[in-house]
Amino acid sequence: MANDPIHQFHISKIIPIEVGGLDFSFTNSSLFMVATVAAASGFLFLTTSNRGMVPSRLQSVSEMCYEFVASMLRDGAGSAGMRFFPMVFSLFMFVLVANLLGMFPYFFTVTSHIIVTFALAMLVIGTVVVYGFMKHGLGFLHLFVPSGVPGVLLPLVVAIEVISFLSRPISLSVRLFANMLAGHITLKVFAGFVTSLSALGALGIGGAILPLIMTVALTGLEFLVSFLQAYVFAVLTCMYLNDALHPSH
Amino acid sequence: MLVTAAHAATEQAAEHAAEGNFPPFDSSTFASQLLWLAITFGLFYLFMSRVVLPRIGSILETRRDRIAQDLNEAERLKEEADQAFAAYEQELADAKSKAHDIAQAARDAAKADADEERAKVEADVTGKLEKAEAEIANVKKKALAEVDAIAADTTAAIVSQLIGGTVTKAKLNAAVKVAAEGRE
Repeated sequence: MANDPIHQFHISKIIPIEVGGLDFSFTNSSLFMVATVAAASGFLFLTTSNRGMVPSRLQSVSEMCYEFVASMLRDGAGSAGMRFFPMVFSLFMFVLVANLLGMFPYFFTVTSHIIVTFALAMLVIGTVVVYGFMKHGLGFLHLFVPSGVPGVLLPLVVAIEVISFLSRPISLSVRLFANMLAGHITLKVFAGFVTSLSALGALGIGGAILPLIMTVALTGLEFLVSFLQAYVFAVLTCMYLNDALHPSH
Repeated sequence: MLVTAAHAATEQAAEHAAEGNFPPFDSSTFASQLLWLAITFGLFYLFMSRVVLPRIGSILETRRDRIAQDLNEAERLKEEADQAFAAYEQELADAKSKAHDIAQAARDAAKADADEERAKVEADVTGKLEKAEAEIANVKKKALAEVDAIAADTTAAIVSQLIGGTVTKAKLNAAVKVAAEGRE
């Protein structure tokens, strides 16, 4: 069981709760969601509590996160997009901290479950659709009708635009989920090689060096992926929000 | 060996998937995950938008304002320093020209004094010279006038010694006069 690379994604109930036939148990996944929120909030809150004119190191980390997301959003969606700043910032920090927490051994990775990433992606797309229609009314549908396309091609182009819009929440959620899932499985598999090979005696221990190096390298890579996927998620969120703000291409 | 181990691992994974309890696709956990995600992310969002982001935003804004203010202050001080320097230069130039004027005036006054003194001294000297010359001429004239009387006396004495007689004063004077005229 310890060698099972899927075991780490298993959800176990900590406090069973059932309401109306639905299982709302507080699980290890819930625990790590709470841990993610607590870690991110605690860090951001405590490091900025001094409100230093000259920031301490940790305060400048918080400020860097703020300015990083702010400039990402401003570049992606213009200054009008700053109204979505709390949402984009929360998404970025939540995904980033959840990914990074998942890198600790024996920790559960919240973002390795598609339902979580899909819910976050639907939050983004839902915001885009609701805000788009609220702001532009039916003019939001211009999003699917690029200007300057010859009439003959228009049905085809519109069909493509609609499909690409509908596939956004799927691609957004599957990208994050699959990266985290595959990364953790790969790490576990290579780490499993080390234990199973070294059980084979002297020759096996020699042979285990290679997967050990691989595991170390992959751990580094996974930290990069953790950050990168949070960044990609946030950047795509900014681009989709830009569509809601400026639907005509 | 590596390959067999990898194979075993993937087989195990495949087995799980085949059993239908591959955890990420186990829909019985969805409700719980969605609920807790909504609770935790909702709270996180509220905390970020109400507390943390306004705080960091205000920190950054305060710093930006402070920097802008300091830059303005520096600009103002630089301008002041420039003005002070210009004023100093102006004053220095004024002082220099004033000093030059004073020196020129002093030089002129000294020269005028010296000229006056010299003129006075020269006039004095000339006066004295003229007086001395007049005195000399006077003395000379007096001396010359006495020469005739002395000559007459001397002649009377010589005549009395040589010939033992006396000559009248009138005759002597006439003879001296003749002799003086001949000499001249």
